Amino acid sequence: MTAVSAGRETDLVGVPEARAESAERGATLRRLLRLRWGLAAAGVLLLIVAGAVLAPWVSPHDPLAVNIRHRLAPPAWMEGGAVQHVLGTDQVGRDLLSRMIYGGRVSLVVGVAAVLISATIGVLLGLGAGYFGGRTDWAIMTLVNVMLTFPFVLLALAVIAVLGASLANMIIVLGVAGWPIYARVIRAETMAIREREFVLAGRALGMSHARIIFRQILPNLVSAIVVIATLQVAQVIILESFLSFLGLGIQPPTPAWGNMLGEGRVYMLNSWWIATFPGSAIFVTTLVINLMGNALRDWLDPHMKL
Amino acid sequence: MRRYVTRQLVQLVVVIIGISLLAFTILHVLGDPVLLLLPQNAGKEEFERYRRLLGLDQPLYVQYWKFASRAVLGDFGKSWYADTPAFRLVLERMPPTIYLTLAGLFVALLIALPLGILSALKRHSWVDSLCTAVAVAGQATPLFWLGIMLIIVFAVRLRALPASGYGTWQHFLLPSFCLGAALAPITMRLVRSGLIEVMNMEFIKTARAKGVGERMVVVKHAFRNACIPVITVLGLQFGQLLGGAIITETVFAWPGVATLTVESIRNQDFPVVQCAVILLALVIVTANLIVDLIVGLIDPRIRAGA
Repeated sequence: MTAVSAGRETDLVGVPEARAESAERGATLRRLLRLRWGLAAAGVLLLIVAGAVLAPWVSPHDPLAVNIRHRLAPPAWMEGGAVQHVLGTDQVGRDLLSRMIYGGRVSLVVGVAAVLISATIGVLLGLGAGYFGGRTDWAIMTLVNVMLTFPFVLLALAVIAVLGASLANMIIVLGVAGWPIYARVIRAETMAIREREFVLAGRALGMSHARIIFRQILPNLVSAIVVIATLQVAQVIILESFLSFLGLGIQPPTPAWGNMLGEGRVYMLNSWWIATFPGSAIFVTTLVINLMGNALRDWLDPHMKL
Repeated sequence: MRRYVTRQLVQLVVVIIGISLLAFTILHVLGDPVLLLLPQNAGKEEFERYRRLLGLDQPLYVQYWKFASRAVLGDFGKSWYADTPAFRLVLERMPPTIYLTLAGLFVALLIALPLGILSALKRHSWVDSLCTAVAVAGQATPLFWLGIMLIIVFAVRLRALPASGYGTWQHFLLPSFCLGAALAPITMRLVRSGLIEVMNMEFIKTARAKGVGERMVVVKHAFRNACIPVITVLGLQFGQLLGGAIITETVFAWPGVATLTVESIRNQDFPVVQCAVILLALVIVTANLIVDLIVGLIDPRIRAGA
């Protein structure tokens, strides 16, 4: 990620490893270890989600409360820091910790909502392309290639430029731009499943295409979809924060990690904490989501090539 | 080989048409240029007059045809803001973007190749685990945040490097490291998995059985074959790399196409946005084509199959 943001597919490119017999035990051990990491990551994520949901009760201050006298206060452990502002304050004296807790709401809502949209579009098109093949496949895959050629960031920028910046627009843009990755994976899997005996039997029994696709093929793809969707949430969060960072996403004063980072950039000469903490929040969140996604993949299907 | 090249070229044309349609749609279907051009209090007749003047009263396919036939000749209209042709504005900003992208790719390879090879050869050792851990953390780091942290440390604290700007080689260091670090994790994982796969193949055993030294086995036999998937995926990732360059540019105020695009979005200067989007897409598609041709040249199997 992609970076990354640099690569939204970064986590999805397969790491095929030919496992030798002797390495089998080591691999199992490693898998267990990764599952434990995944559980730890899930715990941290739960904390972040709980913080976002319960923000009005757990945050020490109102995230919008301005207090000019306490502006640019450093974190509590530094010289000049105050105990009531654990992570310090920003340029107009708003409490950073409270803003970070509230900012999680934006990131999580955008991440989950956009992924639901792109998963729905991508899975439907992928199923169609893989099941019907031929021209349908060609048309859908051409569209996928066009979308994948286009940098996600550029597309989002162009659409936001026309539609204007708002929470709903951002969810739509990120949702609509993110589907090709699902379509590509689901198409390949569908093509493989289409030739299996139970599908052929279903067809011989005279089942409708819709029934075969949704009752026979789709259930086999659930784990793949869950894994991609989980990993994509992290990518979307990074992208959302970048758009907000540029001022094209969530508008101030509503706190979002991205726009806090963007505002903090101006003050980084003397007040490094304003830009550093929201960035760490993005980092930790995407890290735990990625770890969870990887663990989920190992748990659901260790041979899955994602 | 000729058939392979023809097929790639046809695909190129299809993708370019798709991208131009996408860029056209974003401006003309989602948004209304007249609404953006005229002041909000303009009368109804004024709107109609402008609409006719710009040819917006004609059917969409006529409008697209006009747009496309002009765009082929490099005429994207005048910038609404600077009163110069959009094409020239964008073209002037292209070289810095391309230099940054190439520099980032270079840095990524500089980091990823040695580490990937090392962790493939010393699989499951502490070196391998460390590299994997760093890669996982790297993938969760938002590129723009990394950039800001680099600026805080190297430009603000140490005063060793310029924080932004363009011109000397010092200006290249921070941005290209930032971009390279974002691309390195995925590249490293690719190198590692590619090399591991190749090392398990029969011809490696044959080479060893012949008594070829281990160094020669790795360098001459394994590495060359491991390069193919790395080059392919890096080529596919070029769009994402350029997307990363876009993000990097905005952080370091790099005078490339991306900063121009973001500026133009802020000024609602749509001819420039449209032109920038299409030209960037063109660069990506060309890069993909070159990669495909290179891969086809090294690996006859791909030429014949696909």
